Amino acid sequence: MAAKKLNIKDKYRLLTRDLDWDFSYQDRSKAFPFEEFEGIKITDWSKWEDPFRLTMDAYWKYQAEKERKLYAIFDAFAQNNGQLNISDPRYVNALKIFLTGVSPLEYQAFQGFAHTGRQFGGVGARVACQMQSIDELRHVQTQVHAMSHYNKFFDGLQDWSHMHDRVWYLSVPKSFFNDARAAGPFEFMVAIGFSFEYVLTNLLFVPFMSGAAYNGDMATVTFGFSAQSDEARHMTLGLEVIKFLLEQHEDNVPIVQKWIDKWFWRGTRLLTIVAMMMDYMLPNKVMSWKEAWEVYFEEAGGALFKDLARYGIRMPKYADVIEKEKEHISHQAWWTFYTHGHAAGFHTWIPTDEELDWLSEKYPETFDKYYRPRWELAKEMEAKGERFYTKALPQLCTTCQIPMLFTEMDNPTQISYRDSIYKDERYHFCSDGCKDIFDEEPEKFVQSWLPVHQIFQGNCGGPGVEDILRDYYQMNLGADNMDIKGSPDEERWKKWKGVA
Amino acid sequence: MSKVYIALQDNDESRYIVEAIEEDNPEATVIHMPAMTRIEAEGFLAVKRETVEEKMGRDWDVQELHINLITLGGNVDEDDDQLTLTWNS
Amino acid sequence: MPVHAITPDYTGDVKDRFENFHGNQVVYVGWDHHLMFCAAFAYPLPPETPFRALIEEVMPEGFSLHPEWDQVDWSKTTWLLDGQPFEPQMDVSIQDQGIGHKSLLRFQTPELKGYQGAGV
Repeated sequence: MAAKKLNIKDKYRLLTRDLDWDFSYQDRSKAFPFEEFEGIKITDWSKWEDPFRLTMDAYWKYQAEKERKLYAIFDAFAQNNGQLNISDPRYVNALKIFLTGVSPLEYQAFQGFAHTGRQFGGVGARVACQMQSIDELRHVQTQVHAMSHYNKFFDGLQDWSHMHDRVWYLSVPKSFFNDARAAGPFEFMVAIGFSFEYVLTNLLFVPFMSGAAYNGDMATVTFGFSAQSDEARHMTLGLEVIKFLLEQHEDNVPIVQKWIDKWFWRGTRLLTIVAMMMDYMLPNKVMSWKEAWEVYFEEAGGALFKDLARYGIRMPKYADVIEKEKEHISHQAWWTFYTHGHAAGFHTWIPTDEELDWLSEKYPETFDKYYRPRWELAKEMEAKGERFYTKALPQLCTTCQIPMLFTEMDNPTQISYRDSIYKDERYHFCSDGCKDIFDEEPEKFVQSWLPVHQIFQGNCGGPGVEDILRDYYQMNLGADNMDIKGSPDEERWKKWKGVA
Repeated sequence: MSKVYIALQDNDESRYIVEAIEEDNPEATVIHMPAMTRIEAEGFLAVKRETVEEKMGRDWDVQELHINLITLGGNVDEDDDQLTLTWNS
Repeated sequence: MPVHAITPDYTGDVKDRFENFHGNQVVYVGWDHHLMFCAAFAYPLPPETPFRALIEEVMPEGFSLHPEWDQVDWSKTTWLLDGQPFEPQMDVSIQDQGIGHKSLLRFQTPELKGYQGAGV
């Protein structure tokens, strides 16, 4: 008689839950030493639900199929010189940020989920974390493979992991993940599994990737969507972990709320760079950052928090500030990179007149009033042959490590300054959100590796900025950095396209 | 009631899945974007194996959805016959 | 609790203490409502630096790119030191007038409205 095919629920029970063991001669708490110090109380791990009920055999089967499809497209892209079909060489600079700033985070996520999965006492959570860990490793690999093709034709992609560890603006994403990984396993899950995956990565992998497609970049849209197909599972894991923690014990609610407050704030700060990529670095526009924010944060996140209200969870703290910031942050960030274009590992530029008009149309309340004048000034200086590059190093926020570029939302020409004194030392923050995070755990954040201070301490070579860029960051000066105008990237593009 | 949503890569297989979703969820809105299709509905959405199989003309495992899935929003429940997305409020 | 750690009595290494800057202290200087400069500038300075040297020798390299820089009248400029009103003494060292390590100095020039009057 042929064996009866198991249904999903039975298969999941047999291949996941029933693989766990009891601790008969060892102390269970010694096997899972990280489980209690955060104050989270778990009474029954068997209540953990995995709605996809994915077992390892099915996982390998579907992941293998995703990879086959993905690499077929990479091959086709390379064989057909796909780099020539992108909308504009400016677009590739978004990929440079992606490879140096985002792909290494996938690797950090791989490490983080491997550790976290090991530390959970429940087998359902362990298996889900194991799958996510392997997914994240796949993401960094596919991203490196996809962009290796661009590396043959464009500058700035050659030394991404070295740059991630050293370049000033890349300390922002790097320290974000270091913070999460240095936390306990439950905070890591709320930070990355829930706050980051559920709401924030959507903004990167959905509207931005749709934008990549719209700019002719088949390789990137394909790895983006392929990665995001795993994210759908990760989002579900993130939501399940939150519901599980909240259902296990009422004492967990305030702890989880504090983590949500922290990590939504940290996440929105990190996404500033995605805001800038969408509004300024996609020559063909799909939607503005503000529009994407409304769909994926306000609408999707709002629905999520409405659903969680029954557990006593409210919207993240400073959601009101976050709502106002959607009008401003992309403009403030691109101006910062434009004015630091000599110290960036990618090219920057003044938006074209059509692009400035698009920004006015998309940001009628703020663009013409606060941001267009900056570009008028930049144009005036460029016309005089004095392209504006700033000549001193910026003050950084101790928590998010971003230059203190954010303004007060009710006074958008005034920088927002906050500070705290801890053990007689002064620390500076860009916002109440970043100050709160420091004040909660100062012993953690006194260790922030702030690139500007590290330069002053002589830990990054130098002393000149050029020496640091060339020797410590390993940038190819004159090729990787500066304005796109007159760059080797632009020269090559013109040659390929046969324009003077 | 909040909106649940699902987004699929715009490709040959997804077209059948989208057709099936439209048939089973007449209230759903289908939004076409570059390289992707987003479907949203108030509070509830179901992807049913039987309907997808009928559209594709072959056997289809609900877990095959993962291959073309981009993102989703809502509480997920999946078994052999369907995947559902729900918001409770 | 100053940190949530599994290690009892965990303390962090203070990366930016004064001793790490080879005799310099860090001073931040920002020009309010002049966002041509995206953020305040950070300067490593000997604590003995007179305030006049900060204005005349340190700040011009970065700030003078602003079209309004030449119109700044230092006798009318108002200052905030770490958020409090402050009257700098030109020939006194920064250290001796309370400008500490990682202090923030902000100056205001209300008659100068920024490029195109837009706070730029």
